[in-house]
Amino acid sequence: MLDPYIESVLIFTGINVVLALSLYLPVSAGLLSLGQGGFMAIGAYTSGYLTAVAEWPFGIALFCGGLMAGLVGLIVGIPTLRIKGVYLIIMTMGFGEIVRVFFLNFEPTGAASGLGGIPTYTTLPVVWVVALLALFLCFQIDGSRIGRAIEAVREDELAAEVIGINLTRVKVSIFGLGAFVAGIGGSLFAHYATFIDPGQFSYARSAEIFMMVVLGGMGNFIGATAGAIVVTVLPELLRIGDAQQWRMTVFGALLVVIMIVRPWGLLGVRR
Amino acid sequence: MMLIQQIVNGVMLGSTYSLVAIGYTLVFGVLHLVHLAHGEVFMIGAFAGLQVVLLAGGGVAAAITAAAAVSAVLGVLVYLLAIKPIKARKGHFLAPMISTIGVGVVLEELATRAFGGEQVGFPVQMESYVWHLGAVTLTSVQLVILLVSLGLMFALHLFVTLTRVGMAMRATAESMMISHTLGIRSDRIIILTFAIASALAGVAGVLVGMSFNSISPYMGVDIGIKGLAAMLLGGLGNVYGAMLGGLVIGIVEVISVAYLSSSYRDAFAFFVIIAVLLLRPRGIFGTTDHVEG
Amino acid sequence: MTSAETPILQTRNLTRRFGGYSAVSNVDLAVRKGTIHAVIGPNGAGKTTLFNLISGVLPPTAGQIIIDGIDVSGARPDSIARRGVVRTFQGVRLFPSMTALENVEVGRFSRTRGGFLAALARVPGLATPTEATTRRRAEELLERVGLSAQRDMLASELALADQRRLEVARALAVDPKLLLLDEPVAGMNPVEVHEAGELYKSLLKDGITILITEHHMSLVMAISDRISVMNYGCKISEGPPDVVRRDPEVLTAYLRTEAAA
Repeated sequence: MLDPYIESVLIFTGINVVLALSLYLPVSAGLLSLGQGGFMAIGAYTSGYLTAVAEWPFGIALFCGGLMAGLVGLIVGIPTLRIKGVYLIIMTMGFGEIVRVFFLNFEPTGAASGLGGIPTYTTLPVVWVVALLALFLCFQIDGSRIGRAIEAVREDELAAEVIGINLTRVKVSIFGLGAFVAGIGGSLFAHYATFIDPGQFSYARSAEIFMMVVLGGMGNFIGATAGAIVVTVLPELLRIGDAQQWRMTVFGALLVVIMIVRPWGLLGVRR
Repeated sequence: MMLIQQIVNGVMLGSTYSLVAIGYTLVFGVLHLVHLAHGEVFMIGAFAGLQVVLLAGGGVAAAITAAAAVSAVLGVLVYLLAIKPIKARKGHFLAPMISTIGVGVVLEELATRAFGGEQVGFPVQMESYVWHLGAVTLTSVQLVILLVSLGLMFALHLFVTLTRVGMAMRATAESMMISHTLGIRSDRIIILTFAIASALAGVAGVLVGMSFNSISPYMGVDIGIKGLAAMLLGGLGNVYGAMLGGLVIGIVEVISVAYLSSSYRDAFAFFVIIAVLLLRPRGIFGTTDHVEG
Repeated sequence: MTSAETPILQTRNLTRRFGGYSAVSNVDLAVRKGTIHAVIGPNGAGKTTLFNLISGVLPPTAGQIIIDGIDVSGARPDSIARRGVVRTFQGVRLFPSMTALENVEVGRFSRTRGGFLAALARVPGLATPTEATTRRRAEELLERVGLSAQRDMLASELALADQRRLEVARALAVDPKLLLLDEPVAGMNPVEVHEAGELYKSLLKDGITILITEHHMSLVMAISDRISVMNYGCKISEGPPDVVRRDPEVLTAYLRTEAAA
């Protein structure tokens, strides 16, 4: 069987791929979100509660986690229709913090003490099936009618509108879809970590997911996937001292460097 | 507690938010950039002040001065290393802001490595007096915080209205192109702006530390978002709006804690952000210039 | 108007104020089906604002916009487009990272169906009937405007005149009844201008009405059936080209602006 350490790395990589793709979806419409951590939390807590407390089967709980996050995403998404880049980033930051504070106080899921006893349903095959499904989703959208409209919205909202594209519909639905996928990612995470608390879904988490997508290249889902893989695997490969401790510092610095040198990301296309 | 006391407490807390919000506004005014590492500069300032108190046995004045100096230098370095080198490219106009996200992460991580991820006590070395003015009770700590923040805000007002350099800052904020033709060295003005913005944030860090008797590396995110909320509330790019916004958020936070639930205190500022963005994106005093496409 | 037919576009007392300034003031317009109607006037006359109002980009301060007898005042641009009124932009607004073909294909969006579930269900490499039709139609439209050779080039790589033609093709993909052309020949050389004029005239045969705003006087005079003249936000003259070109008010408006310049 696989070395448990390698298995753990592969599982985290798969989960991060799902999370990166969850951000890629709204980004592909031009919606930059620093709040995926919040949707991840909603998925984690919903599914974790359903399996740990209500003893529901994993498959259904997993899906419900995504569904709940997606629903909140749709609700939060509706006001995004008017809000431009910078403001949306701030608003999603605020949203992420609201979710964190909410779960910090929500007794049924343990408030600050967190939620434990979540069954270990997340295995390597499960993670990678879900990750591949997420990749498939992005691939299918890319070459489709709706994918074209999403790209149009990203390129020029006004031009998209005057040819009949309803901005609200497109933006809200892609934002909700991204939230759904983030919720699934959170559910996978919860059922691997077996214990979750609000601190694991803070702004730092949203920033990390954001970094994966930006590093890899915001323009296509392969970039986001590559970013997720690099951010998860690289610190493990360079086992210099306590690499895990410094990974966020290094990636933060890397983000700065990328913005200076190659803002379209490692795998992005220069336009 | 009487309402008037709540309001005084709120003004005291809010004035520290105002100092942070002013920093965001100054930077936005001069570069049209939302400086997402500003909260971390605030946090580093607080820790710098703490070090002075712990290691050198310094008092409040020393802590504030150290915080201002360290933050000012840090802020300028952030500009020179992480913002200035970014070329303006078509389609990547959010690159500078994304870069500040990276800077913020780096600063928070470094602080966590150095000081641990938990709250750290912030001792206040000063004489403790209590004044009673009618229904209002004021401690010396609160008085210092109020005087320092309001004093700094007033000094800033004088600076931008009366001094040549201050007016140059305003001119650069209005239009970098035009101020160039008037001979204003915009790079110097930008550096000065970052220095002032960061120094104010650093001082606010010490004041907040004094106010709560503790600081943590996470306070950058926490108060950073509140400062952002204050800026948005007051209107992007409007310094006086930011001052007012900070006070409003401080008062709202204190009153909500008193009359509603204390555990959700942090969330109120976030709700303010969302409410402002939904109902009046340009804020109280802002113009619609920057908001909608 | 001798015909009892409903104009394809009507505006009544259309007004747009910015603070105290009236960019468009009580403008009444009636565009007859199957014609080319031009709106001209000196810079700052309010032509672009008028276009923004009609296309829904700006809401009117007062007045009405009526498309084919239906009041659409205050409707959003996408709603107006779905009603068959599509515009182009003075500074061409294409989707730069998409190919010419893709730009036209996305124009078919509002006339087709199929969201995320349909996207999930598609077989890569095998086009659904809708997608196949979309592609075919887009190819036809590229041919129509003479851009077949450029179909796989990125929109940003095209020459200006080709970009303008592409914008027209994309607008045609929406199956418009009325095409709003906003200074469509600015920056073109005389040959390109002539070709553009021929293209617009040929669109009439397909049952499309055109409302055009332009500074290029000879083009306007050559292809327009009716011209409305604006100055300072108001309509100051209207009629067939021969009448308008001789109208003293029109001449004064242009000359006064030139004298002031």
